[in-house]
Amino acid sequence: MFVNNDVRKSEEMLERHVTQPSEAGHPIILSTEDLHVYYGKKEALFEGDLQFASNQITALIGPSGSGKSTFLRSLNRMNDRIATVTGRIMYRGVDINQPAVDVYEMRRRVGMVFQRPNPFAKSIYDNIAFALRLRGVTGKHELDEIVETSLKQAALWEQVKDDLNKSALALSGGQAQRLCIARAIAVKPDILLLDEPASALDPVSTGQLEDTLLELKENYTIIIVTHNMQQAARISEYTAFFNQGRVLEYDTTSQIFTNPQVQVTSDYVSGNFG
Amino acid sequence: MKATQQLEQQLKRRSKAAKLEIWGRVVSFSALLLIVAVVVAIIGFVASKGIATFTSNHVNLWDFLTGKQWNPNITDANGKPEVGALPMIVGSFLITILSALVATPFAIGTAVFMNEISPNKGAKILQPVTELLVGIPSVVYGFIGLSVVVPVTRAIFGGSGFGILSGTCVLFVMILPTVTSMSADALKSVPRYYREASLALGATQWQTIYKVVLRAATPGLMTAVVFGMARAFGEALAVQMVIGNAALMPNSLVSPSSTLTSVLTTGIGNTVMGSLQNNALWSLALVLLLMSLVFNLIIRLIGRKGRLQ
Repeated sequence: MFVNNDVRKSEEMLERHVTQPSEAGHPIILSTEDLHVYYGKKEALFEGDLQFASNQITALIGPSGSGKSTFLRSLNRMNDRIATVTGRIMYRGVDINQPAVDVYEMRRRVGMVFQRPNPFAKSIYDNIAFALRLRGVTGKHELDEIVETSLKQAALWEQVKDDLNKSALALSGGQAQRLCIARAIAVKPDILLLDEPASALDPVSTGQLEDTLLELKENYTIIIVTHNMQQAARISEYTAFFNQGRVLEYDTTSQIFTNPQVQVTSDYVSGNFG
Repeated sequence: MKATQQLEQQLKRRSKAAKLEIWGRVVSFSALLLIVAVVVAIIGFVASKGIATFTSNHVNLWDFLTGKQWNPNITDANGKPEVGALPMIVGSFLITILSALVATPFAIGTAVFMNEISPNKGAKILQPVTELLVGIPSVVYGFIGLSVVVPVTRAIFGGSGFGILSGTCVLFVMILPTVTSMSADALKSVPRYYREASLALGATQWQTIYKVVLRAATPGLMTAVVFGMARAFGEALAVQMVIGNAALMPNSLVSPSSTLTSVLTTGIGNTVMGSLQNNALWSLALVLLLMSLVFNLIIRLIGRKGRLQ
C-alpha cells in the first residue's frame, strides 16, 4: 500500500505520461478538462484531464486516497453537495458540470454502481422498476419487459426469474451487486460508472461480474474504479493510474501493465509501492 | 511435580481483580433487582387499589368503563355509586390522538429539514431549540396555555375557552420536540447508501426523501409518534390547567371536559384512603397504567417488525 510521499523527489512525483484514446482514433464519449475537486479548502483532485473511449472499459487504479473515487463520483455529479468541483466535464460535446444542467436527467445517462451492493428494501422487481416509475413508466407490460431485459443483461435473470417479488435483501452479495447493475441499466444510460464494484464480493462472484461487464461493453461505456490490478488487466482497454490526486499515467492497459513509462506506476503495478 | 503444584496454586488463587469483578457483578445486579422490585411494587399497588373498586365496593367493571356519570360522592337511584369513567377515557384518547395528528406532520417535516435538506442549519439551530423545548417544565406550558391559548380559543370559538381544543394546542407543543428528535433519529439511521443509490438512478432529492428515506424509516417514525402519544396520554398538569375539569362527555372540542390524568390530579388530594371515592381514582390510575403498557407494547412490536425487514 501507499506509504510515504515525502521521501519521493518532487520531480519524480510530477512525472506524467498521458496518451489519450483519441490519439489512437477512438471515438470519445466523455472527457474532463481542467477538473479540480475541493473538499472544503483541501484539494483532493488536481487537474484530472482524461478522455474516455466509447464502448470500452476504462479502469481507474491507484492507492487509497489517490482521488480516483473522487474523480469518478464527480463525473455524474454525485459530489455536488459534498465537494466543490471546478472545470469542464464534456459529455457528447456538452459541459455537464454547469449549474444549468439538470443533474437528474444527466444521471439517467450517466449511471453509477457503488462499492457496497445497495439494493432498496423492496422486491427485486420494484428495485429495477424504481427509477422507471419515477420517470413515468407505469405500463405493466412495458415494466415487465424492461425488468426482464435488464436482469438478463446483468446475467441475473435465470437465478431470480421465479422470485421477482421476493425481497432484494435476500440476495447474496454477488447477486445483489448484479441487481444494482440491472437497476442502473434499466434506464438505458450511455455510461456506467462503477466504484470498486467487486471489492465486497468473493472470487467466483467477481469473475461472474467481470464477464457481465465484458458483455455490457457492447452497449455501454464503462468506467471502473478498482483496487484489484488483475481485474483492471483482465477487463479494461485503458487504464489511468492515480496518485495523490493526480493522473500520473494514462494509456492502454497493456502498455500500463507491461511497459509503464512513469517510475511510480511501474512500482505500483509491480507491487513495490512505498 | 513441585512446579506443577506451584502453578496450580497460582492459577487457583483468586486475584484482587477477580474479587473486584464479583463485587461489581453483585452491585450492578442488586441495582437491577431494586429497579425491578420498585416497578413490580408500583404495578402491584396500583392494581390492588384499582381492583378494590370492583371487589370491595362491588362496582360493575362494565358500568365503570361505559358509564357516563362521574360523581363518586353520590349514589344513583339504584343505590349504586356513579363512577362512570367513559368521559375521562374518551377525553384522554381524543386529546392524545388529536395532538399526535397535529404534531406528526410538523415533526416529520422538521426532521426532514434537519436531516435531508439543510443538515448544517438543522444541527446549529433546530437541534438546540428542540432540546430546549424538551426541558421546559410542563407547568410552564400549562401556564402559557392558560394565559394565551384559552383566551384565544374563547375569542374565536366562544364558550369558556377551556376544553379539548386548548388541551390539544398545549400538548401539540409539548410532544412536538419528542416526536421531532425521535423522527430525526429514525431518518439518521437510514443508511447513506440508500440515498446515494436513489440519487444515482436519477431520482430528485424530493423523490429520494419520499420514496426511499421515509419508506425505510417508517418503523422508526411510527415509534416516534407512539412515543409522543404515550407522553400526551400521561401528561397531567398542563392538561389539567386548560381542559376545564368537568367530568362530562365532551360534546364539542371547546366544551369543558377532563382526562384520566386531570381527574386524578384534581381529586386525589381530596379523598380518604380506602373510601370508594379514593378507590375509584385508583381505578382510573390502573386504566392509565395499562394504557402505558399497551403503548410500550406497540413500540416494541413496531421495533421488532422494523428489524425483521
